[in-house]
Amino acid sequence: MNQQLPSLYPVLPEIVLACGAMALLMLGAYRKRSTSLVDLGAVALLILAAFVVLWLPGGTLTTFGGSFVLDDFARLLKVLAFVASAAAIVMSLSYDPVERQQRFEYSILIVLSAVGMGMLISAADLIALYVGLELMSLALYVVAAFSRDDVRSSEAGLKYFVLGALSSGMLLYGCSLIYGFTGTVSFAGIAKATQAGAGIGLIFGLVFLFAGLCFKVSAVPFHMWTPDVYEGAPTPVTAFFAAAPKVAGIAIFVRVAITAFPGIVPQWQQILVFVSIASMTLGAFAAIGQRNIKRLMAYSSIGHMGFALIGLAAGSATGVQGVLIYMSIYLAMTLGTFACILSMRRAEGPVEQISDLSGLARTNPAMAFFLALLLFSLAGIPPLAGFFAKYYVFLAAMQSGLFTLAVLGVLASVVGAYYYLLIVKIMYFDEPAPNFQPMPAELKFVLGVTGLFNLLFFVYPAPLLQAASTAAKSLF
Amino acid sequence: MTIGLGHYLSVAAILFTLGIFGIFINRKNVIVILMSIELILLAVNINLVAFSTHLGDIVGQVFAMLVLTVAAAEAAIGLAILVVYFRNRGSIAVEDINLMKG
Repeated sequence: MNQQLPSLYPVLPEIVLACGAMALLMLGAYRKRSTSLVDLGAVALLILAAFVVLWLPGGTLTTFGGSFVLDDFARLLKVLAFVASAAAIVMSLSYDPVERQQRFEYSILIVLSAVGMGMLISAADLIALYVGLELMSLALYVVAAFSRDDVRSSEAGLKYFVLGALSSGMLLYGCSLIYGFTGTVSFAGIAKATQAGAGIGLIFGLVFLFAGLCFKVSAVPFHMWTPDVYEGAPTPVTAFFAAAPKVAGIAIFVRVAITAFPGIVPQWQQILVFVSIASMTLGAFAAIGQRNIKRLMAYSSIGHMGFALIGLAAGSATGVQGVLIYMSIYLAMTLGTFACILSMRRAEGPVEQISDLSGLARTNPAMAFFLALLLFSLAGIPPLAGFFAKYYVFLAAMQSGLFTLAVLGVLASVVGAYYYLLIVKIMYFDEPAPNFQPMPAELKFVLGVTGLFNLLFFVYPAPLLQAASTAAKSLF
Repeated sequence: MTIGLGHYLSVAAILFTLGIFGIFINRKNVIVILMSIELILLAVNINLVAFSTHLGDIVGQVFAMLVLTVAAAEAAIGLAILVVYFRNRGSIAVEDINLMKG
């Protein structure tokens, strides 16, 4: 045996996170009342990991026999996922302080699922994909059921677990068929084996694999869990679910489709076109009747995943660039909106009906302004960031000749604009509801940063466009 | 008659289908759903090992080992969530999981 230890450099961010999570667990377990310390440590760890990602030497690094790859694509998405996870912890700080004080595990679970996200974003073979996905999901199941004494939270956790386990099962069945019909699990090997086209067995495997991935990004027809889990889970958890795991899910979706199956683009393009049309349409129409704002955001996120998948369906470098821009802007919009939802709190506790927002412009003009800004951005109204997100994916679809898809996308976003604007109308023109409690400082910070990003993105979009373009090129 | 790859794949496909149907048709009890999930993972393992022997490639068996490990972790978490749910609701019947429509 003269095997060398694999290089651990490319995995350094994940190692930092994993070891740090263990240390924080010890701290939380052996020191009384250390919750705020653990929260602080977890945020610091996630930011540190994001810096480690940027600090590592450039180019494409691979390790573990080629099953783990750190390229520009992974770098961008890892930074996004880690920052979004850190933001989710920051946003949870003021939520129900009495309950949070006794449960230091919350931020540790988020760090652990961030390890899974890092693994998933960098996965370059089916085994790494599965391990990363489970590492992420197992932590997510637990945080969904985090309010142990709340029947709705535990129901959300149970539903998420059952459907999540089913989807991992389908994904695995797909992986086993792909392995069997190509004889390899590495994405590069699969790409080589499918150069000349694929047999029926492999297509079956591909469909099962995509079904599992669709579940993780909550795309139609595997979206059923999303509204229930979003509604039932505690609001900070919902904010987390809507942000970081979606980035990781889309990342692995793109990587699998582009690096493992470049030889059979027409086959998976059909699937993705269907999935994204269905997601956009359902997201637009099903959200209209919702009264609960968390449920509304669930349908909104289903719709947004549909838009992001348009870029992937285009199957080109421009398309992937569009997806990356979309996900970055989506993160900013979602985190900002959830900062507003988290500050919907009265003396008797948090409220989550859309009618509770009525007349917000008179009782809290600053929050109403920022929320309206973010809702306009979610609807995709120029010159806000959300417009550019949609613009780049539609552009890529047009360039790849997917005209129907682009047209349907525009129509769906028009329908979607209706319910976003309805909330703006309720905030600005309806009779005021009772005041909310003052907004905590950290929520103000998140809301301010994301709001300004959405407002001023068009002034200086070059850095994000450049980063997304370099990242997209590293896959081709 | 020799038993070839096709036979193993058929068994796995049948087990997989049974698992999926077990989740959707079952109206009684969440434990049955957990068993169905295990059935699905088992089907995958049969597939992986059969392909591995057929191809003369060890990777499939390594994959099967990882699936076994992760399945154990998944079952542990699933049961933990189920216990929490039972404490709050006093029942684990599938038709009682209906506080939120959907």
